[in-house]
Amino acid sequence: MAEPTHRPSSSSRDGGGTIAEGAASGGGAGAGREASTVFAVLAEFESPKALMHACAKVRDAGYRAWDAHTPFPIHGLDRAMGLQKSWVSAFVLILGLGGAGLGMLMQWFVAARAYPLVISGKPMFSWPAFVPITFECGVLGGALGAIGGFLFLSRLPRHHHGLFASAHFERVTDDAFFISIEAGDAEFDAAAAAAFLDQIGAQRVETIYECGKVA
Amino acid sequence: MVHGKVTLHEDAIVVPANSVWRRVPLLAGAVGVLALAISGALGWQQRDQLMHSYLVAFLFGLSLALGGLFFVLIQYATRAGWSVVIRRIAENAMATLPLFALLFVPIALFGMDTLYHHWSHPGDDPILLSKQAFLNPTGFYLRAALYFVVWIAASTWFYRRSTRQDEERTAALTGTMQSVSAPVLILFGLTTTFAAIDWVMSLDPHWFSTMFGVYFFAGCVVSILCLLILVSLSLRRGGRLDGVVTVDHLYDLGKLLFGFVVFWAYIAFSQFMLIWYGNIPEETLFFVHRWHHGWEILSILLAAGHFGLPFLFLLPMDFKRNSVTLSLAACWLLVMHYLDLYWLVMPSLHHEHIHGDVLDVTCLIGVMGLFVAVFAHRMVGHKLVPVGDPRLAESVAFENV
Repeated sequence: MAEPTHRPSSSSRDGGGTIAEGAASGGGAGAGREASTVFAVLAEFESPKALMHACAKVRDAGYRAWDAHTPFPIHGLDRAMGLQKSWVSAFVLILGLGGAGLGMLMQWFVAARAYPLVISGKPMFSWPAFVPITFECGVLGGALGAIGGFLFLSRLPRHHHGLFASAHFERVTDDAFFISIEAGDAEFDAAAAAAFLDQIGAQRVETIYECGKVA
Repeated sequence: MVHGKVTLHEDAIVVPANSVWRRVPLLAGAVGVLALAISGALGWQQRDQLMHSYLVAFLFGLSLALGGLFFVLIQYATRAGWSVVIRRIAENAMATLPLFALLFVPIALFGMDTLYHHWSHPGDDPILLSKQAFLNPTGFYLRAALYFVVWIAASTWFYRRSTRQDEERTAALTGTMQSVSAPVLILFGLTTTFAAIDWVMSLDPHWFSTMFGVYFFAGCVVSILCLLILVSLSLRRGGRLDGVVTVDHLYDLGKLLFGFVVFWAYIAFSQFMLIWYGNIPEETLFFVHRWHHGWEILSILLAAGHFGLPFLFLLPMDFKRNSVTLSLAACWLLVMHYLDLYWLVMPSLHHEHIHGDVLDVTCLIGVMGLFVAVFAHRMVGHKLVPVGDPRLAESVAFENV
């Protein structure tokens, strides 16, 4: 497997703002690879407040493929990022109802069709007795829907993410706050995005290259 | 936790001199007294009906007051920050508990000959004779006195300290209340459970259910959450609590309401299913009475209206964050809560046929008139928000999305 390759930004902003991290780059990986594909531009912010402020600006600038990364949940960040309501609840509803329905169906099949037994003189299909298990199956379905829906919508699990190429990014689980703008479409201009992030108050902007790919 | 202090605008936290709320105590009090007098005059010749109607109304008001006490206790016990701005409304509700000691007097005076006639005059019924150790008038009066002592002592103790904190602004008071709240919650659980057994379950003295106290408690919490939603929304409409009680607080109340609607259904169904499954005559008779002669309509209405509809209605996030839909749900559930208590009490009087009475209405107006009077009197007498609470800033800044 090819090691991640990192290169200094080729944007006009050299020095100060754009720093390439060579920490993890493979020896000699650059040889023969003159220009790599930009994966994303990553910007670090000082505080949750600064991040929230910047998110609102990125949102208003009309970027599509971008995200914010924080060590802990920040209230109001959804709004600042302009995120729509999550679809996880739809997964929960559908799988919850589905689980409950299957639970009731299973008990009907077992108790009234496959192996009918008269229990305490009650009808074969005594639905009140089946409610607890129906309820539990509904809860199980709902919980699996919540986890499954979340994983599906977040495209998890995955082996790798392009941002891991940045050594700074390791601090995202500790004390640092980031915005990444990914090269989502043809209109993306890494230099312009980096300049924009710098302008809205980033402490540090770096350009991340796709690992192993050569333009 | 958000540190620091916030200063709330006086307009937001004080009921102004020209507000309608200022006229409510006298007006509602007069209506209440008048309605109770009419009830007494109308029902004097049909004492059984009068006392049953009165008991339902009494329980409805009491469940709001007890719900208020529970809400306040649980906020202190959990050291909740979000709820500080709405806690005073619950405190005002629990401060009506002394009123219910007064309203209990008619039950103490006439209850033994009407509501609890079966077990206070057991005759030679072997089941009732075996229950005499608990179901006897002396025990009934002593326990009732004990319940009211605990409730009034607890609510007064917390109310005094919370309102004193408005002036003194000492965080130490919150610490004291936090450490006292948990033991008081245990006392609350025991007294509420036994009060429900003494006053409601014993109406059908052969019947018993170990879940009955929890069932009554679930209704108490549903009703206080409805009251908190409706009062804070109506204060907001009048220009109070502006920027203090926000959509995020209401959203949490909506979520709690949803949760306790489900909890009520869970308890109600568990109680039903165990009795249905066990199929023991002295237990099933309770549900037999409520499944014949028209009472089945009320049973179905409760299953659908106290659970099914509000469950679906309160499910979407938007409906809990919208003041119109949330107050609609709260009004509806208050009606359902009254019908729930009616369903508990009335079939033991009218098991031969479902029956509504004008006394139901006059007693409800009477008890609720007095409840609203005392509640509003407490509300206009103090700040609308516990301004001295150390978690006030956290509560005002609260967001939950």
